[in-house]
Amino acid sequence: MEYLHLFTAMGTLTPSMLSKVYSFLDWDGWSGERVVLRPDGTIPVARLYTDNLRGQELARLFYVTNIFAFEGTGKENRERWQCGAEFFGGAKLAPDVEIILLAEEVIRRLGISNIGLQLSHAGLVKALLKELKLNPGEEAKMTNRILEGNWQALTKAKSINPEVDRLIAALVDLKGKSSSFLYNIRASFPKVSQDFKASLEDLISITTVLDKVGCSYKIDIAAIHGFEYYTGVCFKFLAAGEKIGGGGRYDNLVPLMNGEDIPACGFALYVEPIMKLLPQEKEKKGQCGILIKGKELTPEIVKTCFTAAGSLRDAGYPAELDFTGREESNYRWTVLVSGNEPTPFTFTDRVRRRRRDAASMAEILKVVGEG
Amino acid sequence: MKDYQDDYIKLALPKGRFLSPTASLLAEIDLGFQDYSDRTKQYRLRSVRFPGLAAKILQEKDISIQVAVGNYDLGICGLDWIEELLVKYPAGALVKISSLNYGEGSIHAVASTEAGITGIDKLSARRNDCRIVSEYPNLAEAFALNLRMRRFRIFPVWGAAEAYPPENADLAVLWGKSGADIAAQGLIPLKRLLPVTAFLIANRESLENKDLSQILTCFSSKLNAEPQTSIDNGFDVSEELKVSRTWWQTKEINLALPDGHQQAPTAQFLKQTGLPIQGYSDELMNRRPSTDLDWLGIKVIRPQDMPLQVANSNFDLAITGEDWLREHLYRFPSSPVKKLFALGFGAVKIVAAVSQEMPVTNIDEVRALVQSSKLAPLKVTSEYINIADKYLRDNHINPYRLIPTWGASEAFLPEDADMLIDNVQTGKTLEHHKLKIIDVLFRSSACLIANRYSLASSDKKEKMEFLRQKLRAGLN
Repeated sequence: MEYLHLFTAMGTLTPSMLSKVYSFLDWDGWSGERVVLRPDGTIPVARLYTDNLRGQELARLFYVTNIFAFEGTGKENRERWQCGAEFFGGAKLAPDVEIILLAEEVIRRLGISNIGLQLSHAGLVKALLKELKLNPGEEAKMTNRILEGNWQALTKAKSINPEVDRLIAALVDLKGKSSSFLYNIRASFPKVSQDFKASLEDLISITTVLDKVGCSYKIDIAAIHGFEYYTGVCFKFLAAGEKIGGGGRYDNLVPLMNGEDIPACGFALYVEPIMKLLPQEKEKKGQCGILIKGKELTPEIVKTCFTAAGSLRDAGYPAELDFTGREESNYRWTVLVSGNEPTPFTFTDRVRRRRRDAASMAEILKVVGEG
Repeated sequence: MKDYQDDYIKLALPKGRFLSPTASLLAEIDLGFQDYSDRTKQYRLRSVRFPGLAAKILQEKDISIQVAVGNYDLGICGLDWIEELLVKYPAGALVKISSLNYGEGSIHAVASTEAGITGIDKLSARRNDCRIVSEYPNLAEAFALNLRMRRFRIFPVWGAAEAYPPENADLAVLWGKSGADIAAQGLIPLKRLLPVTAFLIANRESLENKDLSQILTCFSSKLNAEPQTSIDNGFDVSEELKVSRTWWQTKEINLALPDGHQQAPTAQFLKQTGLPIQGYSDELMNRRPSTDLDWLGIKVIRPQDMPLQVANSNFDLAITGEDWLREHLYRFPSSPVKKLFALGFGAVKIVAAVSQEMPVTNIDEVRALVQSSKLAPLKVTSEYINIADKYLRDNHINPYRLIPTWGASEAFLPEDADMLIDNVQTGKTLEHHKLKIIDVLFRSSACLIANRYSLASSDKKEKMEFLRQKLRAGLN
């Protein structure tokens, strides 16, 4: 749980996301202070940094957490899991590149191929919005629409400056695949605002490094979604047409939480869509699981069963117990404990279709070890 | 036996502010109900023209919820209560059919002249906490979120929101006839959030599956294009208003006195104590009575709201009912509110009651009925949500559903609820509505409550003790 006020300020979550948080009064909530089930992973980590690591020049933090958001269709989970890494401090550029490459490496090492990386920049979007010269209310509405993914609203808004309209159309329509695209934009629109130019230069420097290290990406201004706190480069990862992660730079979040003026960036990977893409692990139970069955429920047999299971587990094999007498088909090996001397165990291998009596667990372990 | 059959079309009609214009409208469109008037003591109405149409008179606040949960097919109530529900639960089963084009006033966000808040645009930039008091907590929250307020707290109240700023709240979200009307109360209307007109509403499933066409046809001549129907997020241009200044000064000790039914007996009791309080009378609504004791501040608010307000240290002492104190303490067990002593008036019993036709005489038999699945889930209606919740949990009733009400819970039985938990003085009202008491939860009367920290404060101790003694003297 977190305090609601962490998420309400301008520059944290969008109103649309806030309307889906689970919030309630705590047991001591007579003061009106409300708590929420965590709706986002980054903001609580920024709060942790501000509260506990203040003064630490550089901090590389990671987390695995569940997050909660109301979902009205009943088709999606309201509790989802994500893991992420956050980089507090450091100059720009290097941390941005480090975070992007780290996220990509994690996804790659999970065995997911054909990853798509899309890049955008919050500064570019904000500069474009300023150029539209909307009143504060309209600008807030437009920002919300864009953050909810409605980029058509931006192209439909007409500026008094035709060059701005042309620039918006170009950025929404074109998707570059290297820093050359951004050089072309810079050359084609020389009269853009200083804010736009500064953000463009920032994105150029990041993409230039990514080009050098051989990281492929697509520049898509629409690759920014849902979070108000981004201030610089934003990115998202796609695989099999689904968003599996994203992140970006959020330099204002730590100061917004009354921390120092510490820049930061990070990423989150979404566990549910990633799980769907992971190669299915073979059922361990079916492959190497061992079932110990007691022939009768006498104290002596029960004791022998537990001792046998313990020996197998000590040797590194998963072992389960069963006293119901029913036939099990999910285990490769079954050890029937009858307690009859001199062979108290009957050992069955379903793969090799063999059955034999054994005098001791050492004998069984030897066979299992041979595979 | 329920009075209404399932295939009846059920219509919820408002009490209070919209009763008279709604009655006129229904008469005009030939959909009148004989007993639908200010003087009626009936809750259930039958249409003469349409034998299959049944109506019930409910509190306006309850109507949107009742239509949403499907107890009624159609309803008429103010847009404020509809939006209060929809802003929190937009995917719900409530459908706005049309404005009926009568109503009055708007929901406004207001601040006190003393608060130094002159414009809406200043609020999102404020670094410190903003306390918002409202009868409409969901609308107030949506307003704060849309404005991207950095930090805010919502204090839901049963009423008298206008009395809270500036000492006890920075903003209030409340209904007002006009900007000028609000300004006359010493408040600055910062923003008009919603015009309040009466609306015809429907339950989505009823609209999709049940033939309501005969009734809707009656309304057809009155259904116009919708006026503004949702919260306006735009930025207002402030109108020029003459705002009267509220006289207000920080006091060392703050006492809350009740309005409503408890006001007359409390005023009578205070006379007996000899405390010099002027302007506390139910003949003239004055939210800030005065006293000769220059260290004592007095405010008149709803007794239901007092325990929370005392817990927050907005008041040091308050006169409320033991029922509302318990309702608060069941929700917040570690709250710093303490009962000092009972005042001996306003005695009621908090009871559980069911229809006389239900074959039970006590809560154990209710449990057996619920366990046998003949009455599951048990629908329980109450103003005391936390008391009711605890009572049902303690008695192992499972499953149950709580239906919050804002008064007249006896109107809900037996069609819309199986049990009520309410206060009774004599029990005659319940009897009149063919209900029977199956359990007495506890007895309650007016009491003096205090904030524990104020009692322990060296600065306040002496004056608190003085007031305590004065009020205790009234008991003799």
